[in-house]
Parts: sequence; C-alpha cells; structure tokens
Amino acid sequence: MTVRLSRRGLISAIGAGGGGLLLAGCDRINANPGVRKLLAAGNDLTFRAQRLVTDRAALATEYGAADMSPVFRTNGNTLPSSLAYQAHAAAGFADWRLIIDGLVEQPLALSLAQIRALPRRTQITRHDCVEGWSAIGQWTGLPLGLLLKAARLSPRARYIVFHCADDFGGVPYYESVDLIDAFHPQTILAWGMNGHPLSVPHGAPLRLRVERQLGYKQAKYVMRVEAVASLSDIGAGKGGYWEDAAGYQWYAGI
Amino acid sequence: MASIPVEESPPSAPEPRPLIYRQRLSTRIWHWVNALAVIVMLMSGLMIFNAHPMLYWGQHGANHDWAWFAIGAGHVRIGSLVLPTFGLLGVKEGMGFPLAFPSWMTIPSHYDLAGAREWHFALAWLLVAPGLIYWAWSFANGHVRHDLAPSRHELRPASLWRDIKDHARLRFHGGEEARRYNPLQKLSYLAVLFVLLPLLVLTGLTMSPQIDAAWPWLLGLFGGRPSARSIHFICAMLIGIFIVIHILMVLLAGPVNGLRSMITGWYRLPPEREEEA
Repeated sequence: MTVRLSRRGLISAIGAGGGGLLLAGCDRINANPGVRKLLAAGNDLTFRAQRLVTDRAALATEYGAADMSPVFRTNGNTLPSSLAYQAHAAAGFADWRLIIDGLVEQPLALSLAQIRALPRRTQITRHDCVEGWSAIGQWTGLPLGLLLKAARLSPRARYIVFHCADDFGGVPYYESVDLIDAFHPQTILAWGMNGHPLSVPHGAPLRLRVERQLGYKQAKYVMRVEAVASLSDIGAGKGGYWEDAAGYQWYAGI
Repeated sequence: MASIPVEESPPSAPEPRPLIYRQRLSTRIWHWVNALAVIVMLMSGLMIFNAHPMLYWGQHGANHDWAWFAIGAGHVRIGSLVLPTFGLLGVKEGMGFPLAFPSWMTIPSHYDLAGAREWHFALAWLLVAPGLIYWAWSFANGHVRHDLAPSRHELRPASLWRDIKDHARLRFHGGEEARRYNPLQKLSYLAVLFVLLPLLVLTGLTMSPQIDAAWPWLLGLFGGRPSARSIHFICAMLIGIFIVIHILMVLLAGPVNGLRSMITGWYRLPPEREEEA
C-alpha cells in the first residue's frame, strides 16, 4: 500500500502532532529496556576504556595549601541518626572499633587510637561531586592497602565494601571499590581533615577517600570494611547506596 | 534516515535547474549521526547542569565560592548582571527547587541526574568515534581543503562583511555561487568541527576524576575542573545557537532542497540572484 503525502500535508501533520509526540516518545524511549541495556553497555565501555587508557597507578593531582577551598561544603548526611553512633561521637570514639572482616585471613577490630598510630598519608586533593561542584581539602589517614595487607586479604576477594553508620530513610549507606582502587596509594581511611580531627559533618571517625572517583564513593562514617568476592549479596546488589537507590554508576571515575 | 517521498515542483515550473552532487556519503552519514549525538548530549547535558546550576572558574568551585554564572528562580545571573527569564528558565515544576532548564528541554524529561549521565556518556561514543573518523576522512579526501577552508579572497574583511550583510538580508547565493558553501558557512562549520566539538570533548574529559589523574595536563590546559566545566557549558550553548541558526538557514534557503542534499547528496542549484552590483 502506498500513501501519498503532499509536502504541505506532511509538514502540517508533523507540526501538529510533533511536539506532544516528541515528548511522550522521549519518555517511552528512555524507559525502554532495550535502550537502557544499550546505555548501560555504553557506560560499561567507558569504564573499560578508561581503565585501558589510564595508568592504574596514576595519582590524582595533589594541590598546594593555597588552592584549598576556604569553606569545604558538606553533603549527604551530616549527622547519622543512629543512637549508637551518636553515643560514640559523644565519647570521642574512645570505645569505638573499626571492623575488618569478610574474605580476610586475619579479621581485625581497631580502635581510632590504633589507626592513628599506624602509618599515615596526607594529601591535598579535589573532591568532585557528581552534581558538578568541586572542593579542595587536605586529608590525613591510613592507606587502605596497608590495612588489607595486615588483615591478609584472601585471593578470592574482588571488592572492598564500606559499611557506614549513616542511613537514608532507614537504608544504611554503603559503598564499594575494586582492588585496583583499594590498593591505590591515595586510597585512605581519613581520620584528619584540613589539619584537624575529622569532624562529624565530614564523616568522623573515618571517611574513605578514593581520589580518582566522584563524591558518592567517598563514604563517610565508615564502621566496617568487608572484603567480598561479589557485590550481588550486598544491599540491592549494585555496589553502593546511590547505585541501588537512584541508578548511579558503580564506577564513578567519569 | 528514511527518505520521504516528496512531490517534485509542479510541471508548470520553468525548465528545471541542474542537480549537482553536493554532499559526499561520508558527510551525509556523519551529519545525521552527529546530529543525533549532539542533540541528545545537549539535552542530557542540560539535565546534568540542572543538578548544580552554577559555574565557577579556577581549581575549586562549590556553593561557598563565587559563581560567575548561575540560574536561579526566574533569573539568570552573569557576573553581577541579573536578567529575568520570563518563565523560560529557573521555573518550579513541582520539585522543591526551580529547574534551571525546564523538563521539556532535558533528557530524561524529569529530574534524573543518573539517567542523564548514562545518556550523555553513552552518546559520547557516537560523537567521538564517528567524529574522529570523519576528521581523518575529510582531510584525506580533500573535503576540508576544497569545501571548508575559505580562500584568501573570502577571508578579506570586505568579502566577509558582504557575506554578513547578505545573511542579514536573507539574500542567499544562487546559480554558480551556490555550488560552494559561502564564507560564513565555511567558518561556522570549521568552528563547530575543529573548535567547539574538540573543546567540548576535552573539557568533558577534564571533568572525569580518573582522566585527570592519568592526564593532569588537561587540568593545566583549562585551569582547573570548574573552569573546564564553564568552558564545556559555553561551548554547548554556542553549539545550541549554531543548531538554531543552522536550521533557520535551511528553512529559509529551501528545506526540501537542503534536506535532499543531506540525505541523497543531490542539490538543485537555486536560480541566479538578480544582482544589484
């Protein structure tokens, strides 16, 4: 069957229906599972391409003191609602312990004093929020790689999961990194910021710094470090609170 | 692109002017692939911008720093100049905060930063991969040299000024002159192909913390991530302006002829313009 369309008829038809159809069509395309799969494949390609062309050991730029943000804004939770956490905070985290468990041969429970006595790294780095702002601050903490070596990571471990004291609507925050970032020299569990002990709004007692990824990876209020073989059994399985709750990419190096 | 059967000019028209083969296959394919990539990236980019509708300059930039550009409720601020938006930008749409760019301009058409980032980064492959091939191909087959590079004569201020006046009066070249792009066309296509698109890609890469670690020279080149983000936004706006003018020119100069040449390659030379010397 052939439908003959005059030029004028075609243009007016497009004009009349086009606007509304376009918007509804965009929503339909956006929700289409095949399209979602294609987009996910594109983002997976970006992750792989970045890992391919960038040096795994490349260090994030470290800035001078003059480049630091005069005010480093807070984001996300600024005071965990957990009563147990608040009691620890009130006591200066004196009886608090960081748990290291999962696929490790030597599970550990370390006090804040013990962690501070271990080797430290201080770095002035840029914090990039997924929303688009950037702040520069100084972080001091224990290199995560040292901790994982002390706990004797099992060869089956593939990811390191950070369980946090804060929550969103009762769902606890968590994040995860792979072993490339876990053993990166700038990946630290920070207990100091800008020359002071880490404050509660910025994630006391410990905040993860993964300097080559976006802000939502920089988990605050870290209570437990767990080594796992797969992320599928943690939370909703996507490797982090925002990944599960809002579809953010697990790989936040972009 | 499916081509649409369109009725040709009525038989009573004077003898048909010659069809010339104006657009190579590589140009036609790249044009449409790139149009898709650029439009989706522009619309998803507006959604990403909505997450933090402020721009900064330098190494750091967040709420406590001075933003040289911001879109707020019903206004746009550039430096200290505050302009009204007449309900177009910075409008509350049911969310608790005003959307810098309204939802009809964005992909997805509701506030979804994660979704917009997926679109933006997936489509970036469609921008960069065909773009690089087209670049290389256009140098190899002489497209840049023969069709895009303006001649020394065309670059003279007097001839540029004449072309600007012609465009302003909507006097489009006809006859033999219309075989080639006019000087402003050449310059704008060169600017998009060799200035705006590369700048957009490089500043986009500079916003990736992983790429910054691997290629810190990008931060040096643009003077910091917030600066790169500002340049990215400015170039995106310029691309948006280019698209509007480009479509307007196609509509004014003959949309059917223009579309046919970008779909099939064949372009009917417009009649000679009556010249007033």
